[in-house]
Amino acid sequence: MPVPEGSVPDDGDALVVLRGVDKHFGTLHVLQSIDLTIRRGEVVVVIGPSGSGKSTLCRAINRLETIDGGEIRIDGRPLPAEGRELARLRADVGMVFQSFNLFAHKTVLDNVTLGQIKVRKKDRRSAEERARSLLDRVGVAAQADKYPAQLSGGQQQRVAIARALAMDPKVMLFDEPTSALDPEMINEVLEVMRQLARDGMTMVVVTHEMGFARSAANRVVFMADGRIVEETTPEEFFGNPRSERAKDFLSKILHH
Amino acid sequence: MFDFLEGYDLLGAFWVTVQLTFWSALGSLVWGTLLAAMRVGPVPLMRAFGTAYVTVVRNIPLTVIIVFTSLGLFQTLGISLGADRFTTINFRLAVLGLTAYTSAFVCEALRSGINTVPLGQVEAARAIGLSFPQILRIIVLPQAFRSVVGPLTNVLIALTKNTTVAAAIGVAEAALLMREMIENEAQLILVSAVFAFGFICLTLPTGLLLGRLAKKVAVKR
Ligand SMILES: Nc1ncnc2c1ncn2[C@@H]1O[C@H](COP(=O)(O)OP(=O)(O)OP(=O)(O)O)[C@@H](O)[C@H]1O
Ligand SMILES: [Mg+2]
Repeated sequence: MPVPEGSVPDDGDALVVLRGVDKHFGTLHVLQSIDLTIRRGEVVVVIGPSGSGKSTLCRAINRLETIDGGEIRIDGRPLPAEGRELARLRADVGMVFQSFNLFAHKTVLDNVTLGQIKVRKKDRRSAEERARSLLDRVGVAAQADKYPAQLSGGQQQRVAIARALAMDPKVMLFDEPTSALDPEMINEVLEVMRQLARDGMTMVVVTHEMGFARSAANRVVFMADGRIVEETTPEEFFGNPRSERAKDFLSKILHH
Repeated sequence: MFDFLEGYDLLGAFWVTVQLTFWSALGSLVWGTLLAAMRVGPVPLMRAFGTAYVTVVRNIPLTVIIVFTSLGLFQTLGISLGADRFTTINFRLAVLGLTAYTSAFVCEALRSGINTVPLGQVEAARAIGLSFPQILRIIVLPQAFRSVVGPLTNVLIALTKNTTVAAAIGVAEAALLMREMIENEAQLILVSAVFAFGFICLTLPTGLLLGRLAKKVAVKR
């Protein structure tokens, strides 16, 4: 695996570590001995053709998907198999989905307080206080008492980000957070993510938004057919891709 | 014209019907929800039990179940459900039988409601660290119930009418009184009409009320 100088993982500061991670769906080998280290405060963009395993990688990191081999450590601790321990660890890993997945029968405010109260055991008052400040931070404070269906896609996704942040996660995973959005709403979500990156949040972002990758990512991971094919800085990747797969992929998405 | 009604406790009989319906509805709501939880849960043994229960119970005639509670549970095994008077024993046995039967239908209605909750919401709930019981209780079931108020209303109406089977083990509800009156009185058609009207009085408002509720609580997506 080509690891360029300057981004050689310093394991002392490693927050998420994948070692030889394997995953099959039936006969399909979707993750093939993946090695990846994400350091504290780092923003890693994962990019690659459809079906290359990007979503599966994200889902494996907070164990929405089990793995068949290898090891995943979060902040030095291996992922527990099941139960309470796993739930606690999941709360430390925020996840933002392509389809927002807000709780449809709960108000925006309740979406953001729920985890704080039920998982972090905070009292309602401080949970609401925190929720309102987070909603303010992502620019949807005025929508606090509405239901998700009453919000635009961009607003819903920002609420989803606030919901994940409310757990005070150590790392945030984004799986194509802007793919389901109308073009005019993409930027409002990306701007929130850029701000998060500036504030030092550790982030793994699956996205095809080149602008975001260039402006916010420390590193680009290029996946194809269940493998990490290239792992380098955004400048290197977009300016001077090494593998044929990456060149081919970039020429396709840049000419669309 | 309605002289033949004299000497019969019509209201009393329908009151027993209402009580049978109420307690059985309550029981089958609880047991049906538990069954549905088992069927969607992660424990293989519970899933198997839930599936087997629903399959078996749905395919047995209610009369057989009710008669079994009396002949099997009470007269053979001596289970009297904590009552000592015959009428109370039979009433409780009937509630037990009706609950056992109706909960299979509640479970199936609820399960179709659970299937309307997008999987993504469950994953989001897992991702913030909620446990399986919490997800079921806070995210899935509230939305499932709201989407199946209609089907559950049908189950409730069917249950109201099914309480007449309790007559088979001598519970003094409406159908038992009807049988008695048909034997004693000449106005066969009128007697039947009175009881039909009585049941409509019970089920029609239920249907209308719950129909409104269904619209009101529907989750917008
Ligand atoms: N639950 C599943 N069962 C079976 N196959 C699956 C499942 N989830 C994903 N796959 C398959 O695994 C492969 C990798 O899927 P994955 O969703 O990780 O790709 P991706 O890189 O995120 O693609 P996209 O850009 O389309 O989102 C695909 O071929 C997909 O069809
Ligand atoms: Mg994907």
